[in-house]
Amino acid sequence: MGGLESFLFSFFNLKVMGTYLPLIAQGLGLTVILALLIVVSGLALGLALALLRACGIRPLNWLIIFVVDLFRALPPLVIIVLLFFGLPAMGLGMSGFAATWLSLTLVLMAFAEEIYWAGITAVPKGQWEAARSTGLGFFQTLRLVVLPQALRITIPPLTNRTIAITKGTALGSVVGVAEILGAAQSAMSFSANPSPLTLGAIAYLILFIPVVALGRWVETRFAWKR
Amino acid sequence: MEEFLFAFLNGDILREAWPILWQGFLYTLALSAITVPLGLAGGVILALLSTSGPRGIRLAAAAWTDLFRAIPPLVLLVFLYAGLPFAGIDVGAWGAVAIGFFLNTGAYYGEVLRAGIGSVPAGQMEAARSTGLTRGQALRHVILPQAVRNVLPDLVSNTLEVVKLTSIASVVALPELLFQARQAQNATYNATPIVAAAVAYFLLLWPLVRLISRLENKAMAGR
Repeated sequence: MGGLESFLFSFFNLKVMGTYLPLIAQGLGLTVILALLIVVSGLALGLALALLRACGIRPLNWLIIFVVDLFRALPPLVIIVLLFFGLPAMGLGMSGFAATWLSLTLVLMAFAEEIYWAGITAVPKGQWEAARSTGLGFFQTLRLVVLPQALRITIPPLTNRTIAITKGTALGSVVGVAEILGAAQSAMSFSANPSPLTLGAIAYLILFIPVVALGRWVETRFAWKR
Repeated sequence: MEEFLFAFLNGDILREAWPILWQGFLYTLALSAITVPLGLAGGVILALLSTSGPRGIRLAAAAWTDLFRAIPPLVLLVFLYAGLPFAGIDVGAWGAVAIGFFLNTGAYYGEVLRAGIGSVPAGQMEAARSTGLTRGQALRHVILPQAVRNVLPDLVSNTLEVVKLTSIASVVALPELLFQARQAQNATYNATPIVAAAVAYFLLLWPLVRLISRLENKAMAGR
């Protein structure tokens, strides 16, 4: 075989690709489900923590800051490995899917809390005072005056961070989740040909190129006018 | 409680695993010391191409950046390590990590630096050129210093991500911290080495997280 021919046979083998297309498509579905679960739970928990921090209870805030720092400092793969290979020692085994979901949720929660919090503190103090002086309560002020302004400036950093973390779903392959990479790797060992990996890479591109483009658009659309 | 301590914070196991965990820790530091400059180099090249090249090159650099931001780094690494040998190209674990990080983190650094260069007003370049500096000199002495200062929080935060990302090198069997911890856990049937590795990552990176948090708050408040 010539160089090009052998390259095509290895990486763009249509026969192998055809055989394993359904498997990779299933992986794609699993990646989407996992990513959506992570986005919903991570962003919601992050907002909850930021709101809790806004209440200003000192010891509670120290705890929140510690938890946030912890999950910003730990590599996601280390958390996944700890949950998946470590917890069974306590009789608390969880599936690879659950370990990946929980780990990336905690990581997104930490980053999201930090961003929401920065957004809340960026709203000038006068806004709080003015709202309170019109007779609004603490939570009314937070909900009706501060959050709408705070959330707007958090959208660009939050979008980018969320995209980066959902790509971490590929780490699930390490603990046996048959998402895109996991499916592609099993297909590669079945067929002794790396074409399924090419297919997997294409699946990621189909999934994430629009999301990356969206992130770029959001960045310009919501850019803070200086 | 005792069961928990035995499984997760076992002193005997920790003593036994300590030498290889320490080796892994040093390996992680070495990996970071290599991958961060590699990524930065890729980022500077991409940022310069996407801001000051001819139109065709600018578009190509932007497409390249999006491509490698869309592919998860682990996918890239597995492709380089396990896929390429089928085509007779064996770059080895080190080669796969070096190329993968150059491509992936280069794209991220490139995006950050591009935004930084974009944040420097065009008048700066014109003023620098009118004093007789060449384009290259103007970039190096006038534009880049301001660009880096404007996006410093993002640069530091990206560097943190790169150091964390070195943990995926465990997948291609490079003996860094996470890999060594997994080995020790397999040998002892005890989770203590993994907990120890997590603590080590945390102690190593916590100061950086604090620094980023302060830089980011400052940047957000300054708007």
